[in-house]
Amino acid sequence: MHTVIIGNGISGISSARWLRKLSDNKITVISSESKYFYSRTALMYIYMGHMREVDTQPYEPWFWEKNRIDLLQEHITKIDFNKKTLQTKNGKEIQYDQLVLALGSKPNKFGWPGQDLNGVGGLYHIQDLENMEKYSPNLKKAVITGGGLIGLEMAEMFHSRNIPVTMLVREPSYWNNALPNEESAMISRHITHHGIDLRLNTNLGEIVDDGNGTACGVIVKETGEKIDCGYVGLTAGVSPNIGWLKDGPIETNRGILVDENLQTNIQDVYAIGDCAEMRNPLPGRRPIEAIWYTGRMMGETVAYNITGKKVSYDPGIWFNSAKFLDIEYQVYGEMPPQPAEHHQNLYWEHDDGEKSIRIVYDKNSEVVLGFNLMGIRFRHEVCDKWIKDKTKIDQVLQDLSLANFDPEFYEQYEGMLLKKYNDQTGKNLTLQKKRKLDQVLKFLKVRS
Amino acid sequence: MNIIQKIGILLFLVAFLIFTLMPGLNKFTLTEDTLKISNEHHRTEVLKLAKEKGIIGKEQGSNIAFIKDLKSVLLTAQNNLNEQFSSSPPAGVGEWDFKMADWQIKNYVRDSITESGSGWVTKNPMQGFLLTFGLGILGGLLFIIPKFAQPAGIKNDGIYHSSLTKGLQFGPKMFMLLSTIIGVLIYGYKYNNGNLFWPLLTGIIALIIVGLVFLYEKEKLFNPPRSASVVLTGWLGMLFGIYLVGFYILLYWAPHLITNWMTIVSPVSEFLSGNKASQWFLYGLMYTIIVLVMGIRMISKYRHNKYQMVRTASVMFFQTAIAFTLPEILVRLNYPYYDFKNIWPLNYSFFFDYNINNLLASGNLGIFMLVWGIVLMLIGVPVITYFYGKRWYCSWVCGCGGLAETLGDPYRQLSDKSLRAWKFERWIIHGVLVAAVVMTVMVLFHYFTGSASILGISSDSLRGWYGFLIGSAFAGVVGTGFYPLMGNRTWCRFGCPLAAYLGLVQRFKSRFRITTNGGQCISCGNCSTYCEMGIDVRAYAQKGQDIVRSSCVGCGVCSAVCPRGVLRLENASGDINTRADEMRTIHISEDQVGIL
Ligand SMILES: Cc1cc2nc3c(=O)[nH]c(=O)nc-3n(C[C@H](O)[C@H](O)[C@H](O)COP(=O)(O)OP(=O)(O)OC[C@H]3O[C@@H](n4cnc5c(N)ncnc54)[C@H](O)[C@@H]3O)c2cc1C
Ligand code: SF4
Repeated sequence: MHTVIIGNGISGISSARWLRKLSDNKITVISSESKYFYSRTALMYIYMGHMREVDTQPYEPWFWEKNRIDLLQEHITKIDFNKKTLQTKNGKEIQYDQLVLALGSKPNKFGWPGQDLNGVGGLYHIQDLENMEKYSPNLKKAVITGGGLIGLEMAEMFHSRNIPVTMLVREPSYWNNALPNEESAMISRHITHHGIDLRLNTNLGEIVDDGNGTACGVIVKETGEKIDCGYVGLTAGVSPNIGWLKDGPIETNRGILVDENLQTNIQDVYAIGDCAEMRNPLPGRRPIEAIWYTGRMMGETVAYNITGKKVSYDPGIWFNSAKFLDIEYQVYGEMPPQPAEHHQNLYWEHDDGEKSIRIVYDKNSEVVLGFNLMGIRFRHEVCDKWIKDKTKIDQVLQDLSLANFDPEFYEQYEGMLLKKYNDQTGKNLTLQKKRKLDQVLKFLKVRS
Repeated sequence: MNIIQKIGILLFLVAFLIFTLMPGLNKFTLTEDTLKISNEHHRTEVLKLAKEKGIIGKEQGSNIAFIKDLKSVLLTAQNNLNEQFSSSPPAGVGEWDFKMADWQIKNYVRDSITESGSGWVTKNPMQGFLLTFGLGILGGLLFIIPKFAQPAGIKNDGIYHSSLTKGLQFGPKMFMLLSTIIGVLIYGYKYNNGNLFWPLLTGIIALIIVGLVFLYEKEKLFNPPRSASVVLTGWLGMLFGIYLVGFYILLYWAPHLITNWMTIVSPVSEFLSGNKASQWFLYGLMYTIIVLVMGIRMISKYRHNKYQMVRTASVMFFQTAIAFTLPEILVRLNYPYYDFKNIWPLNYSFFFDYNINNLLASGNLGIFMLVWGIVLMLIGVPVITYFYGKRWYCSWVCGCGGLAETLGDPYRQLSDKSLRAWKFERWIIHGVLVAAVVMTVMVLFHYFTGSASILGISSDSLRGWYGFLIGSAFAGVVGTGFYPLMGNRTWCRFGCPLAAYLGLVQRFKSRFRITTNGGQCISCGNCSTYCEMGIDVRAYAQKGQDIVRSSCVGCGVCSAVCPRGVLRLENASGDINTRADEMRTIHISEDQVGIL
C-alpha cells in the first residue's frame, strides 16, 4: 500500500505519524512550500527574531528517516483519480493507493484594486515572510487590512521592528465577531496602548500604485483619505487552497466536501485540515474550522479510517487559544460573541484592564457551557471535564482553583469572580479547592 | 532605544574600554620593601643582583617591562644559587631552602608586582574603581532602567538579528570548541610540568565519549547538524566569547598580569575583610556586581512574571550575601573563608586535607561548617530535591546558575536541542560526576590512611588535574566563555557534577514536573528555543506529555515564553510516571474504533 499525502502542514503530518503507528504502509508526504514540516503558527516569531526557521520545525531531520516517511518537495498540478496518479509541476508522475489531501488555505483577496501590486501580501506561507523581509528595510509605514488574529500578528511583527502600523478594521471593535464585547474592547485598548494605529469601522478602498507596480499607499473607503505606506498586508481571513481541483471530479463547495470519515466523494481519497469542509458538521460546529487543533485531530482520525478502522471525526468540546500582543487568550466550550437567549454570562475583569474571566452557563439548568480567559491560564482538561459532565455553575465556581494554570506565585483571581457571583445572586459560596496538582489529578480521575 | 539608553551604552562601553586597558596603565617601581621574598638566601641574592642591574628604584612604564626585568634577575639568581649549592654547599641548610624552585619564582613575581605599583592606578585606586566599575554600573543601569517603562511582556524581539546573540554557524562553533579543547590539553601538559599522563587520559576519554555517541548509540554521522545562525555568524558574540575566555585564562593562570584590577578593588576588599584584594576577590566582586546589574535587567524583562522575579531576586541575594559578603566577614573575624551554599561535588575541594584541617582547627564554628557541608550534601540535597526538584538549587541558589540566569539570559536560545547533544550531555556530565567521586575517594583515602597513591596513581596529581581541567577550564573558561557559543548553561548542562547528582534525584525520586495543558500546544517551538538546558520541551508539550527530565533546572522560562499557556512547573506527589508516559493529545480512544 502506498499512501500519499499532499500537504506537510499539521494535518498532513499528523496523518502520516498516525499512519506509521497504525500501519506498515509506504508513506509519502508532498509539499511545495518546504521540505520539512514547520509550525505555521510560529511564522511571526521568525520575522521578529525570536526563532530561526529550523526552530519552528517540530521534528529533527532524522525523524522522517527513522519512521520511514518519505518527504518530497514538489508541486502537484493534476490528479488522475481513475489511474490513481499525481502529476508534479516538473512532469513527474506519482502512483498512489490512497490519497490524503491536506492542502491548507490561502489568504483571501476580495478584488480590491491594486491587490496584486508588489509590496502587497498576506501571511500564510513561508514565502510571505520573504516578501515582508524584502520590503522591511527602510519601511516607513505598513497598513494592514483585516481585524482577525493574523492581522494582529502581522501588526505585531512590524511593530517589533519599530515600523509604524495602521490597522484597518471593518468592525466597530477588534475581532468582535469572535470575542464578546468586553474582551473585544480590552484588546482594542491594548492594541492602541502599544502604539498601533487601530482604525475601527474602516474599510480598504483601494491600494495605490506608485507608477512602477509597487504599492505606495491605500485609500480608505469611507473617507477617501490616503494613507502613505510601503507595504500593505492583506489579512482578511483565509479560504481553502483548492482552486486547481475545482473543475475535477472531486466534489467541492468552499472546501473539499468530506463525510464523517473524512472521505471525499471519491473512493480512497480523503481531505483533512483547513481544506476540508464537513458535509454534515456536528451541532454547534462550523463546516470548515481552519485551526491547528482540528487539523491535528483530523490527521489522527483519517489514519484510522485509511487503515480500515472506521472512526467518525469528533473534535470534542471546542477549545482554542491565541495571544494578542501581550495578552494571552484561551477559550473552552461555547462562547458566542453575542450571548444566546438561554445564556447567562458571569464576567469579571481586573482593574488593570488586561485580565478577565468569563463563564457562560445555561439560565435554566445552570449548567456551565463555556470559559473565556484573558491574561489568565486555565487547565484544558479540567474545563473540558466540567463542560462534558454538565457541571453546574455553583460547583464550578467553588472548585474553580482546580482550573488555575498560571505559573507559581501568580495572584489568583478565582475569589474575585466568586465574590462577583455572590453579589449578583445573593448566594454565599466559598472556594472549596486549592489549585494543587494532586487535587486536580484526583478530580480528573473521577469517571463521569 | 531612547536617548538615556544610548548614553547608558556609551558610558558602559567607555568603562569597558578603560577596564580592558587597565592592566597596562600603571607604573611600577621595585624597592627593597616591595620585593616580596621571605626566604633569606633568595632575598639576599636577588637584592644583590637587582641593585647591580639598577632596577631597584627604577620606574617601569608597564607591568610587562617590570616582569621582564624582575624575571631575568630571578632566573640569574636561581642559576647562581644552583651553582653555589653544587660548588660549596652551605652548612646546615636544606637543598630546597637554598635553591630557588620554579614555582617560587612565579610567586615572587606575583607578590612583588602586586606591591610595586607606583603610578596613577596605585595612587588613585578609588578613581580607578569609579571609572571602571562605577561608570560601567551607571551605564548599565541607564540602559536597563528605562525598560521598566515599556509594556510588560515577552521581550525577545531581534535576538536572532543581533550579532551579539544570534550564535555561530556550525563551522566556526566547532572551530572554537575544538581549539579550546586542544588548547586546554596543551596548556595542561605544560601545567603538569611536561607529564603526559593526564592530558593523554583526558583526550582518550573524550574520544571514547565521541565514539559512544556515534557508534554505540548509532547516532548517524550524516545527520545535518543545526547551526545557530542561518546566514552569518554573530561576530560580536564570537568576540565577546573570546574576551571572556581570555579573561578566565588571565584570572586562573596569569594573575600577575592583572594586578592593576586587583589594585582598584582593594579599597573594597580592605573595607570588607581588611585584606588586600586577591584575584579571587576581584572575581567575586565582579561576579556579584554583574549578577546584580544583569539581575535587574532580568527582572525588567520578565516583570509580568512573578515566578521569574522572585527567582531572580533569590539568586541575587544568595550571590551577594552568602557567596560574596559573608565569607569576607568571616575572614575579618578570623574564621575560615566559607560559602555556606556551596556543596560537594561542585565544591570539589571540600574534602581536601587542607580544608578539613583548617575547619577542624577553627573551633566550634569550623566544626559546624564541616558538619553543615556534609549534611547539606547527604540529606539536604535529596530531601529538598524530592519536594521541589533541582531548581531549588540550580536556579534559585547556585552562583553559577545565578550568573547564567542574569548575564547569560541573552544567550539561552543558543543551547543545542538535538538528540545528539542530549546523548553527549548524558555521557559527559555523568562522567564528570564519576571523576569527582573517584577523586574525592582517593583524597579521603590518602587523608585517613596516609597512603598517597592507589594503583600507582597519586591522589595529589589526580586532584591537581581535576582542579585544572574541571574546576578551572570547564567551569570557568568554557562555562562562561562559551555563553555566546553554546548557551548560558554549558557548564551546568555538560559539566557540573552537583547538577548530575541533583538530576539523578530529580529524575527518579522527586515530585517536580512540568505539566502540559491538554491539547493547547501549537508546536511553535518557543519553549524549546528558550530552554537553556537544551531540552526539546515541545516534543513533550505537543503530545500533552508531562516533562520529567534530569537536566531541567526549573528556570520556568519555557512556561513564561509559551504564547498559548501550555506549561506549568509544579510539585505534587501523585502520578508522576503515568503522567509522563501518557499522551493526552490523543483524542481517539480504542473503544471508539469500530473494526470493520
Ligand atoms: C500566521 C498564522 C497564525 C496562525 N495561528 C494559529 C493559532 O494560533 N492557533 C490555531 O489554532 N491556528 C492558527 N493558524 C491556523 C493554522 O495554522 C492552520 O489551520 C493550519 O496550519 C492548517 O494546517 P493544514 O495542515 O490544514 O494546512 P497547511 O499548514 O496550510 O499545509 C498545507 C501545505 O500543503 C501545501 N500544498 C498545497 N497545495 C499543494 C500542491 N498542490 N502541491 C504541493 N503542496 C501543496 C501548502 O504549500 C502547505 O505547505 C494560524 C495560521 C497562520 C497563517
Ligand atoms: S508548549 Fe507553548 S511554547 Fe512550546 S511549542 Fe507548545 S505552544 Fe509553543
